[in-house]
Amino acid sequence: MALKPLLQEANRLSRLAPAALLILAAPLFLSAQKNSCIECHLAMDDALKAPAEGFSGDVHKQFGLGCQDCHGGNPAQDDVELAKDRSFKGSPQRAKIPEFCGSCHANSEIMRRFNPNLRVDQLALYWTSRHGQLLKKGDTNGAVCTDCHGVHGIQPANFPKSPVFAWNIPQTCGRCHSNPDTMKAYGIPVQQVDDYKQSVHARALLEKKDLSAPVCNDCHGNHGAAPPEVTSIAFVCRQCHPSAGDLFSKSPHKEAFDSLGISECEVCHGNHRISPPSDELLAGGKQDVCIQCHEAGTGPHQTGLEIKKKIDDFVASSEAARSLLAAAEKRGVDVNEAQFKLQDATTALVLARNLTHGLSAAEIAAGLDEGGKALSEVKARGEAALQEARFRRSGLVIATVFILLLAAAVFLKIRDLKTSPKRPG
Amino acid sequence: MNRRRFVNLFLGGSFIGTAVSFLYPLVRYLIPPRQSEAAAKRILAAKAGELAPNSAKFFRFGSTAAVLVNTSDGQLRAFSAVCTHLTCTVRYEGDTGTLFCPCHNGRFDLAGNVISGPPPRPLEAYEVEVSGGDIYVSRKG
Amino acid sequence: MSSWRKKIEGYIEPRFQVSAIRDFARKKKVPEHRHSFWYFFGGICLFLFLLQVVTGILLLLYYTPSVDAAHESVQFIMSQVKFGWLVRSVHSWTANILVGFLFIHMFSAFFLKAYRPPRELTWITGFLLLVLFLAFGFSGYLLPWNELSFFATRVGTDIAGVIPWVGKALKTFILGGPEVSGATLTRFFWLHVAVLPAFALLIMGVHILLVQTLGMSKPIGTGETKEISFFPEFILRDSLAWLLILAAIGAICVFLPWEAGPKADPFASTPLGIKPEWYFTFMFTTLKLVPAHIFSIEGEVLAVMGFLLGGLFLMFVPLLDRRAAREKRSPVFTAIGLAVLVYIVLMTALTYLAPNIGK
Repeated sequence: MALKPLLQEANRLSRLAPAALLILAAPLFLSAQKNSCIECHLAMDDALKAPAEGFSGDVHKQFGLGCQDCHGGNPAQDDVELAKDRSFKGSPQRAKIPEFCGSCHANSEIMRRFNPNLRVDQLALYWTSRHGQLLKKGDTNGAVCTDCHGVHGIQPANFPKSPVFAWNIPQTCGRCHSNPDTMKAYGIPVQQVDDYKQSVHARALLEKKDLSAPVCNDCHGNHGAAPPEVTSIAFVCRQCHPSAGDLFSKSPHKEAFDSLGISECEVCHGNHRISPPSDELLAGGKQDVCIQCHEAGTGPHQTGLEIKKKIDDFVASSEAARSLLAAAEKRGVDVNEAQFKLQDATTALVLARNLTHGLSAAEIAAGLDEGGKALSEVKARGEAALQEARFRRSGLVIATVFILLLAAAVFLKIRDLKTSPKRPG
Repeated sequence: MNRRRFVNLFLGGSFIGTAVSFLYPLVRYLIPPRQSEAAAKRILAAKAGELAPNSAKFFRFGSTAAVLVNTSDGQLRAFSAVCTHLTCTVRYEGDTGTLFCPCHNGRFDLAGNVISGPPPRPLEAYEVEVSGGDIYVSRKG
Repeated sequence: MSSWRKKIEGYIEPRFQVSAIRDFARKKKVPEHRHSFWYFFGGICLFLFLLQVVTGILLLLYYTPSVDAAHESVQFIMSQVKFGWLVRSVHSWTANILVGFLFIHMFSAFFLKAYRPPRELTWITGFLLLVLFLAFGFSGYLLPWNELSFFATRVGTDIAGVIPWVGKALKTFILGGPEVSGATLTRFFWLHVAVLPAFALLIMGVHILLVQTLGMSKPIGTGETKEISFFPEFILRDSLAWLLILAAIGAICVFLPWEAGPKADPFASTPLGIKPEWYFTFMFTTLKLVPAHIFSIEGEVLAVMGFLLGGLFLMFVPLLDRRAAREKRSPVFTAIGLAVLVYIVLMTALTYLAPNIGK
């Protein structure tokens, strides 16, 4: 009866409902998007504009955080006095920055909400670092969080454009540590970054883009950055080079170095400017490191010379085998199997070179003898291949002789026909 | 014999000699060579059942070393056995179930990935195919 | 011995009835004069062609025409197959030597005006054979699928693409697609072992038949000359040349075996100094030297048209050289031929002596 028009009315209203809801909710949307901090600061110049510009790419923004989450204040307010309300903290003083960042980043309950995986000990580590200790003493020249991570545009450390991404770190540390004026007051040398850039580690990281190569923080620590002590340098290197370290520890050098208080790996290989090791580092080589402690003619130096000679002989032997195979291959003979065997010799050589850390001439000789067996097999095959090439030459001679004989026979026949032509048919 | 006969004999004889010196290489050429096909893109690495679980067999693939691993749960995996650090030949370590390079203690898992040590890149993985009682290894792609 | 011969003849004659051919062969004579040694070059080309057929058939046994296996199969032939290195090196070297002798044969026939009537068709079929053999060389060069051959093919087909109107379509047809690829390899293989041999045999058959029927042409103004029998005297002399050339090829192949080269990588950048095989270098260098534009026509187009017109001129020279047709000396055509020869030699030499010339 009256139900129908009532239903029609209800239908009409229900169509209006979504529109009404939208209109009612509009202020909420507007306020969620409203950020007076960004708006005002974008209209300013230079140093006041930069934070607003940079923040659009900041990782904190991606997690839904805004200016007020660090600086306090009310971004919904257009009026600057109202915006900078009682919660407003402003920008912290340089000396207070670690605590400022640490107010969230050292609090696992807060960090757990955003990324449970992230560590929260950075601040604690920082206070143990040289930078942190300087700050505690009141010296604000030491690096604080923003010096390395940036500010208002911070990227996670695993993002390639971040100043703390592996291949950017030398430049970031170098900003202060390569600056003689900054470092003068502390008496810290400034050639580390330059030295590092010439090292095999830098070549691996910066040229070959091998992210497993070490950079400043891998040996010095990042938040707890400090130079490793003499005794701990060896542990640092052993992180990636355990076998050389093991061999060294079992060698007579370990006790000697420890009693003299000299760092293990560093003495021969350097610290920042670590070059790719070569046989020239051995006793008697062009960059002889043994001579630093052992005079020429002494027992240990003689052992060193013995080791180098064995390795040099083996290298010469391998080269000879290699060129034998190359010569055979050039003559078109297949040397695949022999090249495969050569691989065993290469393995023996690499092993022997590592064994030099153990200083045992006997062990090295044993390893090289194994390799020597492989080499003699390679040489045998190489010789066989050359023999095949020689066989070809002799085959050619035989064939050519026959051809020339036939040519001679043809020539004689021609002459024979000329002098006494065949009777026709 | 007269000159003509001599010339004819000489002609015939040297012709036969030349023909033989050509025939020998020809016949050798036609006989199938030992390695029946061009470069190994696929090789018979082992027979089924030859490898016990948690063991490995090293073999030559083309001109490089390769390894066929039978994992402890019976899966067959094959990799290049040339360590990506300084080309030493890796070994299979049964108790850790990893491929280990004795030169500088590089270690690879059974997906070829580097677990620890200096190797910069994973080991190249090969495809394994079991056909009948034969295990074939071939390069990917 | 002659009883054997009689027995064999007695068997063959009633069944094949070849006595007419035998009589013709016995009676056939070849003139002997100052320039008659040029007559041998045709036979040499035939011998070298047969050598290519034999070595080519042998290579077919082990070669695979696919991008994944072509290079590997050539390496296999070079290293694993017994005497494979010899068969392959003979094939590669002889290809170059054959093209060289073809040019000599053509130019000698040109300067001796052997194209005069009634031998116009001999000349025209001969010219077609030259074009076919250049195609043999071009298609065969790609088959080992190494760096040099890949890029030389690319450069060569780019030139084909320059021809106005038909160039693009022609290039796509030759390549089997927009660029050098596996499709090109199979297409070139198809051409090299099936299409070109079929045409070559056909046209060669006509060419040789004409030579046999019409006999050898004598230079203009040569009167009666001494004559030798075709069989056995001329054949014996020709085979002497063949044997000496064979010995030379053998020596070259042992001391300079043909390399397999690095496998082609289509994504690598073109290596510096890439050029086609030597017999195409005169065209290649011309294109490098020609200015970018001549009277608002693209220089390259003009040069390619120039080659095409030059080729057509050569092919139809028997119809153009009216004076020679009347058995009169025609120094104009001799001069033109000399100019062409000098141009080819100069451009070829320039490619190797001044490789950085031009663009």
